[in-house]
Amino acid sequence: MSIATPFLEMSQAIVDAGGEALKKCYQCGTCTGTCPWTPITHFNIRMLVRMSQLGLEGIEDNMWGCSTCKFCVDRCPRGVEIIDLVRAIRSVYSMGGMLPQSLRAFVGSMSARGNPWSGDQEKRNDWAKGKYPLYTADKEYLNWTCCTSAFDPRNVHVAKATAALLDAAGLSWGLPSTAVNCCGESLSKVGDSELFERLKTNNLQFFDNNEVKKMIVASPHCLDTFTKQYGRDYKVIHLSELLADLIKAGKLTPKKDLGGIKVTYHDPCYLGRHNQVYDAPREVLQAIPGIDFIEMGRNREQSMCCGGGGGGLWMEKMKGERLSDLRIEEALATGATVLATACPYCITMFEDSVRTLNAEDKIKIKDVAELLLESLDINVAEPVADVCTTS
Amino acid sequence: MSRIGVFVCHCGLNIAKTVRVSELVEFARTLPDVVVAEEYKFMCSTPGQELIQNDIKKYKLDRVIVAACSPLMHEKTFRKVIAATGLNQYLLTIVNVREQTSWVTSDIEVGTAKGKALINGAVYRARLLSPLVSRVIDVNPDIVVVGGGIAGIQAALELADTGKQVYLVEKSPTIGGHMAQFDKTFPTLDCSACILTPKMDAVLQHKNIKMMTYCEVTEVKGYVGNFDIIVKQKARYVDHDKCNACLACTEKCPGKGVSEWDEGLAKKKAISIPFPQAVPQKPVIDRDSCTFFLKGKCRLCEKVCEQKAIDFEQQDTFVNIKAGAIIVATGYDLMDTKPLVQYGYGKLPGVYSALEVERLFNSAGPTGGKVTLRDGSEPKSIAILHCIGSRDKNNHEHCSRVCCMYSLKFAHLFKEKTSADVYQFYIDMRAAGKGYEEFYNRIIEEDVKFIRGKGARITESKEEPGRLVVEAEDTITTKFINLPVDMVVLSPAIVPRADAKDVQRMFNLSSDKHGFFMERHPKLAPLSTMTEGVFIAGVCQGPKDIPDTVAQALGAAAEVLTIVSKDKMELEATTAIVNPAVCCGCQNCVRVCPYGAPSFNEQKNVCEINEALCKGCGQCAAACPTSAIIARHFTNEQVLAEIEGLMEY
Repeated sequence: MSIATPFLEMSQAIVDAGGEALKKCYQCGTCTGTCPWTPITHFNIRMLVRMSQLGLEGIEDNMWGCSTCKFCVDRCPRGVEIIDLVRAIRSVYSMGGMLPQSLRAFVGSMSARGNPWSGDQEKRNDWAKGKYPLYTADKEYLNWTCCTSAFDPRNVHVAKATAALLDAAGLSWGLPSTAVNCCGESLSKVGDSELFERLKTNNLQFFDNNEVKKMIVASPHCLDTFTKQYGRDYKVIHLSELLADLIKAGKLTPKKDLGGIKVTYHDPCYLGRHNQVYDAPREVLQAIPGIDFIEMGRNREQSMCCGGGGGGLWMEKMKGERLSDLRIEEALATGATVLATACPYCITMFEDSVRTLNAEDKIKIKDVAELLLESLDINVAEPVADVCTTS
Repeated sequence: MSRIGVFVCHCGLNIAKTVRVSELVEFARTLPDVVVAEEYKFMCSTPGQELIQNDIKKYKLDRVIVAACSPLMHEKTFRKVIAATGLNQYLLTIVNVREQTSWVTSDIEVGTAKGKALINGAVYRARLLSPLVSRVIDVNPDIVVVGGGIAGIQAALELADTGKQVYLVEKSPTIGGHMAQFDKTFPTLDCSACILTPKMDAVLQHKNIKMMTYCEVTEVKGYVGNFDIIVKQKARYVDHDKCNACLACTEKCPGKGVSEWDEGLAKKKAISIPFPQAVPQKPVIDRDSCTFFLKGKCRLCEKVCEQKAIDFEQQDTFVNIKAGAIIVATGYDLMDTKPLVQYGYGKLPGVYSALEVERLFNSAGPTGGKVTLRDGSEPKSIAILHCIGSRDKNNHEHCSRVCCMYSLKFAHLFKEKTSADVYQFYIDMRAAGKGYEEFYNRIIEEDVKFIRGKGARITESKEEPGRLVVEAEDTITTKFINLPVDMVVLSPAIVPRADAKDVQRMFNLSSDKHGFFMERHPKLAPLSTMTEGVFIAGVCQGPKDIPDTVAQALGAAAEVLTIVSKDKMELEATTAIVNPAVCCGCQNCVRVCPYGAPSFNEQKNVCEINEALCKGCGQCAAACPTSAIIARHFTNEQVLAEIEGLMEY
């Protein structure tokens, strides 16, 4: 057996970085038993907490497994804020130069370009092709485009669908200028609080200068950051909630029958467990004619994680160690031909899995907004459904 | 001119650590009218008490200030000290330099400054105190015990044996409580019925106990020594005076209800006794399952009853009882674990709650003591999950205390009655009672498997339909355990009774943050409550095992005797009085009093205060717009002077 010596200064450093919660843990293992990674990887969240309590050597090898899905936090009998702890641990060690190779490009891009996709900031709104106005103080909503929706070719379709839906509902809205940058959510979970503060300050400057009062976000990660970490009292609404409200108010009326397709829904961790939005996306789906809605076994509060949170989207995972693969298999088992969700990270993870599992013919990945747009059957100047039709 | 003595206590280091006691004494010596000031390490000890008494004589003191712990702790002690020298006991002032001073700061400057301010205020107040005479009241010697579980039974028997009249009020149709549901008791494994039923019978036979089953207390008025209690006798639809317990009615009854006694695992007849050894052995009719009450016809029981004891016209009746003291022993519920979806209770048929399993073991239970699953088969492997809803911030933060031990007992009984493999999923094993560690060792040697990790989830097995899989981390090996089993037993949190809040209001009790009834002092008055004359015993005060419950019951009986063994008792003189010449009859006092002491005299158009009910809290005096009410010992002059002294410092 190897010899270990408690190094309490390290433990204290973690506490100082925001990991106060480690003092509460009584090591019952509920977190590990609940953690979606437990059955498929060596990651052991309880052991990470234990090692942090004593400042044991080897923490750095165990700290990247968590995708901050919050399942363990909800179940923890001691109320340990495990995600805060993971963030603190990563902050202490990654500042000490322990950042894995795959995350270096991510952090580098964030630092140099203000987005995780090495995109040119000037081109942030290029997807809109100049069709939509920039936000000004006289408009009701800022339609915040997540970096992933702005730069990732697959998610650009969600950005387009969102814009078309907002126009169809006759809302007064505008896009942020190219002066903004990533909300910084993943970066903060990776532990780079300094860079996160820089990104946050820059965005706040835009919000303040333009008197932003209401914001629409398609990404639950932006939602979480703006409401919990930015400390302003503007109203942030997730797209799925807005769409459900617009349908209820009769401002959007899905008409086109989608022909009896079987659709299942995956609760994104940051929309569901982190922000308790469970009903709105389901209401949107159920309002669409010709959708046979079916739940997966694990849903709502007990939903599975796609693996993309907490920096997971930018980390390489071996085959057999991907949660998104398991989730696709779960969706397929319901007989669904469409897996709907409401998060750009989930979409990216699932699209990857569908490809590597060779299931592209069996199941399509859709944002709830894309399905709604299809059923509105309106003429969108530029068809948005070029890669994402259900048929 | 007063002659005041100030005595400051160190309380070891409790006070002295964050208050410079000598500085307080020096300060007191400078105050007008203070003729002596002294300090001592433990003022409540015999030498400390003698120090005060000697100074009273030596300096001819007429006021005494003790700066020490809370008056709740030792006001009575020091009152006796000064009374022994002939000084009126109400000429004592306590300054709280512990709970409200040294214990709430780590800064010695702050602590010392506050201590001085409090002493200065006390000197101002002490000058204005006047001697008071305690009231003496008659004491009713009878006792009411609420709850007929083992705690209530034990207390009732003990008190009845001293010759006192005891009323034992029980909500359900039989006494016995949860203990009567158990098969065996840990750690000795003696049969629960064998030790309990003789006591139940003794209650029935005792000439000094009036057993009131199927009854509920609906109102409590009065005060220590003289409580007026109204008890509702719920309609049984059977005249128990006529019934000869032949139970021919039960045999013929077609109505089927759910047996609460068997935790819903069995049906019961609509007219029945809960279990064969129930006391009394006489049935009641359950309206919710009785064919006559549901459909308007049947009355088979009436036809077969030779004693003509069936009475469908029977109504609830109310009985008035007078008593000098009350013991509340209302027991507990088990938490409903259905909301904890991860464990599947109520959804997966193989998941059981602890009390259900107690009934499966019991020879008078639904399976006649055989351990079988709902489909009648015998389980081949069983997992027992500790701490379900206990020690859990999302549910109940407290440790339920007995689950470790009864889970071990379950494991033993499973091994004895089946050939199953038995696993325990635990966080920490707590076996701190007498003989408990030995019991733990015995169960380990019986080859029960212990997995150190809390059960995280129960799922249905994909490979073997109908079986369950327990998911948990074995934190010792750091392996993720997926254990297929046939049966899961949840050990849920012990929680206060569903109606504990009502009971609390009725008896004017307070509760801790978990909802259990609160004792007056956690160590030195564990059975008393904030209401004089009302005592608590058993699990209604907090989770505990049978030995501790019985010990509390005996203790509560002894506490009760200190009141009812005398025919008169002395009450506090610190009550409020009304000056009728100034009272405007607005009745503010009637509205604010929590004890119902003031009442309005319509003929005289003034309010009057029943001193026996008054606790001297002073709310009425504060609410009185004409200052007609004087709170004795806390008069306006005394309180304002004290404030002046505090502000002056």
